[in-house]
Amino acid sequence: MDREEQFEERIARGEIIEPKDWMPERYRKQLIRMISQHAHSEVVGMLPEGNWVSRAPSLRSKKVLLAKIQDEGGHGLYLYSAAETLGIDRSELNQQLLEGKAKYSSVFNYPTLSWADMGVIGWLVDGAAIVNQTMLAKGSYGPYARAMIRICKEESFHKKQGYEIVATMSKGTAAQRRQVQGAVDRYWWPSLMMFGPPDGNSPNSAELLKWRVKRASNDELRQRFVNMTVSQAQAVGLTLPDPDLKHNKESGDWEFGAINWGEFWRVVRGNGPCNADRMAARRKAHEDGAWVREAAAVHAARKQASATA
Amino acid sequence: MKEKVDSLDEWAVWEVFSQLEWGKPHEHCGSLHAPDAEIALQNARDVYARRFSVKSLWVVPANAITATRQEDGESFFDPQDEKIYRHPSFYKLPKGVRNI
Amino acid sequence: MDMKMSEETRRTLFEYLLRLGDDQLVMAQRLSEWCGMGPILEEDLALTNIALDCTGQAEMMLGLAGEVEGQGRSGDDLAFLRDEDEFRNLQLLEMPRGHFGDTIVRQFLYDAFAWIYFGKLRESGFQPLADIAAKVLKEVTYHLRHSREWLIRLGDGTEQSHYKVQKSLDTQWVYTGELFFTDEVDAHLLALKWVPDMAEVQPLWDDLVTQTLLEATLRRPVEPVFLPMEARLGRHSEYLGHMLANMQILARSHPGASW
Repeated sequence: MDREEQFEERIARGEIIEPKDWMPERYRKQLIRMISQHAHSEVVGMLPEGNWVSRAPSLRSKKVLLAKIQDEGGHGLYLYSAAETLGIDRSELNQQLLEGKAKYSSVFNYPTLSWADMGVIGWLVDGAAIVNQTMLAKGSYGPYARAMIRICKEESFHKKQGYEIVATMSKGTAAQRRQVQGAVDRYWWPSLMMFGPPDGNSPNSAELLKWRVKRASNDELRQRFVNMTVSQAQAVGLTLPDPDLKHNKESGDWEFGAINWGEFWRVVRGNGPCNADRMAARRKAHEDGAWVREAAAVHAARKQASATA
Repeated sequence: MKEKVDSLDEWAVWEVFSQLEWGKPHEHCGSLHAPDAEIALQNARDVYARRFSVKSLWVVPANAITATRQEDGESFFDPQDEKIYRHPSFYKLPKGVRNI
Repeated sequence: MDMKMSEETRRTLFEYLLRLGDDQLVMAQRLSEWCGMGPILEEDLALTNIALDCTGQAEMMLGLAGEVEGQGRSGDDLAFLRDEDEFRNLQLLEMPRGHFGDTIVRQFLYDAFAWIYFGKLRESGFQPLADIAAKVLKEVTYHLRHSREWLIRLGDGTEQSHYKVQKSLDTQWVYTGELFFTDEVDAHLLALKWVPDMAEVQPLWDDLVTQTLLEATLRRPVEPVFLPMEARLGRHSEYLGHMLANMQILARSHPGASW
């Protein structure tokens, strides 16, 4: 039995693969791609929320939003950390992102236009992420699965925070209700797109399912998310912008309308409303920070040298 | 090949271990980049200890860790089940004797 | 909570709490401008963490201020509905965020003060103040460690980093006099033994700063000719107005709304 077959057997037995274990080069590459995309998403995701933190309308909501943004940065770190166990350096991953060579969740390429967006992002975007991450926590690659478990524990407050804002605004003033419905109208479809292309059109899925990195398909998870979210919207009197949404009594599923895949691919490939801004912001942060990183490194080297002298 | 070394590269990787309760072992929780031990410790606190009550943190430069490899496998790790005299259940003792 | 006190004490304590709370609030605003923009992801987390601590402290202090005032104003009312001339924060803290060096210098100058000041405030004869001081001290001890260690690394780093933070220090030094501003508010509360004696705080701050600057190979700036000293009385820089316009916009555009 060759190494590849042994590897497949380990996966089939439900074993967890660790960094020093032998793995097919394709497994390693797929994981680096997937984990780094996930990490980039967390980091870029700090920006749309950072846009509103100075304008948070109460001290408590400011605190909560800061904690959420901090969590996202932390999640990015856990994930870069997991990616690095596969033999790639964070500098390289960072460079890929800044040069536009890496993908990240397209939902963060949409603007945040009102405080209601903070609620809707927590409810729908984090909600969708939770569905995905809960599944990934059972994946075959140890460091990624463990990072997912840690992230899942922290993520649940994000969704609650979001839904609380949505619920409060939904029973608030006319302007608040208008804004929260507006935010739902803008974020519903991008949230569904977070689950990736349809199964038939997802070239990486088959392999990732075979290797148990993913444990469920994109469409399956998307449906699960829709099913759990419809009643949440109904509970606060919000409509989802899908005239084709209807309940199938037999399957119990909420069937939904056609997703605009043209928009998905356009945004993922860099032509969404905010891609340029997001990348410019990250590039600026990186460039502006070079002197700081360098100073710390030089200081450390100097201390090291005098310690061993 | 990059011409200029990105200074992010000069911030080495540190592995972080945390102890969640007194008396329990330190467990590996992840890694981060830092230029030196003090910053590594501060970063570890911000990244890995802000949620849970952590009693103690260790940060270790990743290149200071030596690990076994999968190939070392069975020859390196003594197969336990062949040397059952290492296990307490191997031994037959008279009934009624206490504290053995 | 038993809020029995003379009218004069009540008014004075209210003023005092606004000073403390506004410092935290304004500092948190500037720090949160670093979200997603830090020099490295780990530092993004560190700065956001400090902003979070400050916001929590502002909530505590302004909340207590509202209770002491006794006119039904909440911490949020005080934060979001007062005008510039009613704010009592230090001018040092409302200055533009600047680059990372500017932020670190500002943080260090303030953290060194806060660590000493709140350390002494723990002895306050007014229990709620003593409690606040204990919580603040825990957090500010960590903030000071962070800003101090970074100041050393930037000062004793590269030629460029040294030059940049020396410039930050030279520019911001003029605002440090205000850290030790006192007036009849402090005098009244000092007589009650509710607040520390600022005369004891300043020399300790001086020592800590001198020691740190030495380690950071930075030159202590020459004493400025004129020190701004009016922010505690509501006379601020032009920067505060813009900050408040941004911070307060939602509360003011939707009067009475719940968030």
